[in-house]
Amino acid sequence: MDLDAPHSMGTTIIGVTYNGGVVLGADSRTSTGMYVANRASDKITQLTDNVYLCRSGSAADSQIVSDYVRHFLHQHTIQLGQPSTVKVAANLIRLFSYNNKDMLQTGLIVGGWDKYEGGKIYGVPLGGTILDLPFTIGGSGSSYLYGFFDQAWKEGMTQSEAEQLVVKAVSLAIARDGASGGVVRTVTINSDGVTRKFYPGDELPLWHEELEAHDSLLDILSSASPEPMVS
Amino acid sequence: MATNLVDSTPAMNNLLGSESDSQRTLYDFCTSHYVESIYERTIRFDPWYPYVTGTSVVGIKYKDGILLAADMGGSYGSTLRYKGVERLKPVGKHSIIGASGEISDFQEIMRFLDELILSDNMWDDGNSLGPKEVHNYLTRVMYNRRNKFNPLWNSLVLGGVKNGQKYLGTVSMIGVHYEDNHVTTGFGNHLARPILRDEWHENLTFEEGVKLLEKCMRVLLYRDRSAVNKIQILKITEEGVGTFPPYSLKTYWNFSAFQNPTVGAEGSW
Repeated sequence: MDLDAPHSMGTTIIGVTYNGGVVLGADSRTSTGMYVANRASDKITQLTDNVYLCRSGSAADSQIVSDYVRHFLHQHTIQLGQPSTVKVAANLIRLFSYNNKDMLQTGLIVGGWDKYEGGKIYGVPLGGTILDLPFTIGGSGSSYLYGFFDQAWKEGMTQSEAEQLVVKAVSLAIARDGASGGVVRTVTINSDGVTRKFYPGDELPLWHEELEAHDSLLDILSSASPEPMVS
Repeated sequence: MATNLVDSTPAMNNLLGSESDSQRTLYDFCTSHYVESIYERTIRFDPWYPYVTGTSVVGIKYKDGILLAADMGGSYGSTLRYKGVERLKPVGKHSIIGASGEISDFQEIMRFLDELILSDNMWDDGNSLGPKEVHNYLTRVMYNRRNKFNPLWNSLVLGGVKNGQKYLGTVSMIGVHYEDNHVTTGFGNHLARPILRDEWHENLTFEEGVKLLEKCMRVLLYRDRSAVNKIQILKITEEGVGTFPPYSLKTYWNFSAFQNPTVGAEGSW
């Protein structure tokens, strides 16, 4: 067990826009090499009242970038006299990611709502490219979701459709990506504000080769009708 | 005596933080502190490794001006991650630029060009930068970054028309630059240039130019793994920039030789 391995968030992160706002989703596993250092991490961090950030890659790098940007966005909000736009937040993230590209290893998704453009999602992958997208996925678990989203995504979903899509997607990625796991957290941002939701690992849908969970074998045996042990 | 007292306290000042800390603005924090020493640059990992990349750009001169074509793919290694990336953009009134390579560096180049065009406009003297000047500016930027061992990981195509003169040039990430009647980047150099050498001629009509570009883009679609079937075409003439909506090309697979290619040689491909 390599406890000196850098803490990295294997991760699955997702950001989708819907008709009226955005839904951000993430898993909750942080690993140090093969050990799960934190099985309930919160990878969706707040930048301002109306803009949140999904973090993937190096835990340290993504935390420090979000701390800096939160600080400067706070100053910016004071100077501006009104909530910052999602675009400004995303561009600050981009500035850090781009100008320190040799040292940082973090892929980020910025999502939020402002009165000018409504719900917006920006992807800022490794290297510091900024892309304005209707939805985006990131982290190691996202590899397993490209096909899923190609098929399942559609423009103009309702809030509950979008939330269900995100939860389903993160749980599919958790099923196949060893670096993703734990619970599914979602953050929904719209004109009414921000809502955080929590889906514990044992309440997620079951996929291929996954079985219903039980407290003990003994429960299974006692509930099943008695069968002759010898035929 | 007074001066000695002042000299004895410089150490204290540093403990409280350097004077520049209080002056540090958002912009200072967000820009990188330029590393001048090549040694320092090389001990940091991966300044030269691109992440999100675009593939070939193809450009030709035609009767009325320049035509540029590129697909809208942003690859992430071998994954075709982003399929709506605009790699062709207008620059000022007289030029258009196309970029392959790292998209974040292209976005930075566009910021440099916006500044350049803006300061040119601020002169308010009725003159505006032509394609040849913009090409030269880009060459200097790329070459100077190469000399500092911190290249912008792009190959650029710059085309335009000013005062009836058509111009088409290219700059690579190490500053190699030239102009020609047709230029390409990346795989285009290997797959599209032979086609262009054979079929390009002076005074192509717009229709002939587009068909020629499409022929090149189709070959690239067949043979370049990082190509994506969503094409963007930009044209520039004396009148200005013409944009067209992104579209996809038909591909042809219905050849008898493709139906059963391994008959008579099972196991081959």
